[in-house]
Amino acid sequence: MSATFAPHDIAPNSVARVMRLVLYALAPAVIMHVVFFGPGLIVQMLLGTGTALLAEAIVLRLRGKPLRQFLSDGSAIITAILLAMCLPPLAPWWLVVSAVAFAIVLAKHLFGGLGANPFNPAMVGYAVLLVSFPAQLTQWLPPQIAGLQTADLGLLETARTIFTGVLPPRFSWDAITSPTPLDALRTNLAMGQTMQEAASGSAFGIFGGRGWDWVNLATLAGGIWLLAARIIRWHIPVALLAGLAIPSAVMYSIDPGSYAGPLFHLTGGASMLGAFFIATDPVSAATSDRGRMVYGFGIGLITYVIRTWGGYPDGIAFAVLLMNAAVPLIDRYTVPRIYGHPR
Amino acid sequence: MSAGIAVFGGLRLDTHKRSSTLRALRQAAPPAEVVLPLDQHSDGVTAATVKPGDTVLLGQPIAQPQSDTGAWLHATVSGRVTAVEPRPAPHRQGRPTLCIVIANDGADRHDPANSPVDYRTLEPMQLCEHIGRGGVVGLGGAMFPTATKLLQAQATTGVHLLLNGAECEPWISCDEMLMRERAQDVVLGARILCHALQTARCTVAIENDMPDAHSALTAAIAAAGAEEPKVAIELAVVPRVYPAGGERQLITTLTDLEVPHDGLPSDVGMVCQNVGTAAAVARWIRDGEPLISRIVTVTGSGVREPANLEVRLGTPMSHVIAECGGYLEGVTQRIMGGSMMGVALPQDSLPIIKGTNCVIAATAEDLHPRGAEMPCIRCGNCSFVCPALLLPQQLHWHAQAGDLPALERYGLMDCIECGCCDYVCPSQIPLAQRFRDAKPALAANIASRQQASLSKARFEGRQDRLDRLEAERRAKLEEKRKAVKK
Repeated sequence: MSATFAPHDIAPNSVARVMRLVLYALAPAVIMHVVFFGPGLIVQMLLGTGTALLAEAIVLRLRGKPLRQFLSDGSAIITAILLAMCLPPLAPWWLVVSAVAFAIVLAKHLFGGLGANPFNPAMVGYAVLLVSFPAQLTQWLPPQIAGLQTADLGLLETARTIFTGVLPPRFSWDAITSPTPLDALRTNLAMGQTMQEAASGSAFGIFGGRGWDWVNLATLAGGIWLLAARIIRWHIPVALLAGLAIPSAVMYSIDPGSYAGPLFHLTGGASMLGAFFIATDPVSAATSDRGRMVYGFGIGLITYVIRTWGGYPDGIAFAVLLMNAAVPLIDRYTVPRIYGHPR
Repeated sequence: MSAGIAVFGGLRLDTHKRSSTLRALRQAAPPAEVVLPLDQHSDGVTAATVKPGDTVLLGQPIAQPQSDTGAWLHATVSGRVTAVEPRPAPHRQGRPTLCIVIANDGADRHDPANSPVDYRTLEPMQLCEHIGRGGVVGLGGAMFPTATKLLQAQATTGVHLLLNGAECEPWISCDEMLMRERAQDVVLGARILCHALQTARCTVAIENDMPDAHSALTAAIAAAGAEEPKVAIELAVVPRVYPAGGERQLITTLTDLEVPHDGLPSDVGMVCQNVGTAAAVARWIRDGEPLISRIVTVTGSGVREPANLEVRLGTPMSHVIAECGGYLEGVTQRIMGGSMMGVALPQDSLPIIKGTNCVIAATAEDLHPRGAEMPCIRCGNCSFVCPALLLPQQLHWHAQAGDLPALERYGLMDCIECGCCDYVCPSQIPLAQRFRDAKPALAANIASRQQASLSKARFEGRQDRLDRLEAERRAKLEEKRKAVKK
């Protein structure tokens, strides 16, 4: 007979269950991603997951932590999958491997491992790539839509390309890669085109980038499911999307010729992934409900600023890292009122 | 008073009350020996008035309070006192506390000194004192002396009496059974307490899944209203949310008022008593029967016939389990109280005390076990469910670091230890236990600081006084000098 302390009964919940449900919620986005950008993501995810588990196991062993308990929590896999989703599908293998290894070893474990990392590990890994290998990160494939199939690679050919860096002879890099819609828009606007001209190319779809709009909608669906399953709560995603939508609506209404509208920003790039899956990483987010709203809004706002006036096409990663750094400050000023204390 | 505003945070837990409410409430046979701890109240001192070898009658006082937080204790069987010695007690996690042991002679010879009184002829102060003599304490589990609580609340005029029948712990059904089968006792208790508080306003709060208790109480209130129309008793239904039955949570649910963190319910014009306490008051006043028994829920998948029993205080728990058909196979855990806030029992020979509302013999299927503790991932589930609006995850960090100022700032002392945070934690961190462990050090720190500031104030007061005297002396001297010069 074991003597326990109250409460003697607890909910059947665990860190592993939380992470597993997050992975399920990513499925629609992954499927859409594969539909529009080919099977490259599958290879990247496998590479990333393998690297993450290996790196996690080595560091856990070095730190003398129980291997099975922490390897099975699923947190390293989430980091790997999120990173893989941010990379171009045909990016060379060492890109995802080095980013994931950096994320797990430096961003996560050197700060204390699960629950103790002040910065979002996936975004640290991505930021390292973004400043170290910017050229490779812009080599996105155009979405595969009927009549537009410029790069129709099978799974094997995709894997070979990722590992060797050499395309099958019938393709050439220049012919099949294209910038992301956010990138294209930036470049076109910088060349003096109006918003209408800049957004009229084949890269642009109904709301935002072609293909990207569907990936973002699928991500949104997964995110809403996470909300319903009570794995995440609404404060961060809603505040983040508001932080993105409000300034873009203001700028668009002032000068629709030079600024993209809110719909383009909400469905372009990694907006939804950032709002529902990256910024909601609780470890590196603010604590209280009010704090989380400040945190989310800050990410949205900084993302908009970077996208519009900054040096990178998408700003989610840097915005998340900047707001991660602001979390202790936010937490200090957003402690909720305790029951029975003066309002 | 409108019900419907949800309590802050909280949980919707699956209830396990059905098995214990299928059978009617019945009396458990008195045991051969009762063990009565002297400290069956929150704190304060009670001294034994009998010694080994004394013969005692049923209901005879055997221990007397030495302070206003102590409570009278009565013999719960007639017979001979065999020992006054430390015995293991359930409310001390099985550690020994001074107990009076009485061998039952089986005759149930009543103490003739206990007789019914007409409460309406008593002054409120007298009535409170008389209630105290009945040994009545809060039967919801806290065991705070009822008379003391009433006297505290008398300072507030026009206080509203709130009878707490919102039994939110998922396994406990003793209050529900009491209200179903003895609604008239509850209502009479309400009238007596209203007289003691000089108020005409009383609300009985029950949960929304107690239809039988609702109809029984409605009938009893109607009958009482015909007899004594000036006391208005109303019934309020609260949502079944744990811990809506917490005193402060219930008040906020019903009135939208918050009890100040350093105050009492009477600060917002309320006084809260458990329905079982009210019924115990009624039996003492109407029948002259002091608190010698209480209703105990005996439940869990490890007991053959779960039921609610009226049990003499001091009865060993093993005797109560035997009254319910004994154990079944596979008992993994014995708990006194509920699954959320009860205490684990090291052995089943411990006595039923005034605060024992429930005994659970749980098997593996009843309680979800704790897995290996993982680090906090700061998910915030804990603060989402916290009824005190705290940030348990921050308290957890500061408790680990032993940072007393931060623990105080984040409201450790406002934690009601309901265990909601613990229940939802994906990392399965024993938060409630961490907070219980951290409280004594912080309480001592706060007390020593208050002591220090009191000493400082005293010292400064003395210094001011001395300075003033010195100044007066000098002034007088100066006057004298002037007078002499002239």
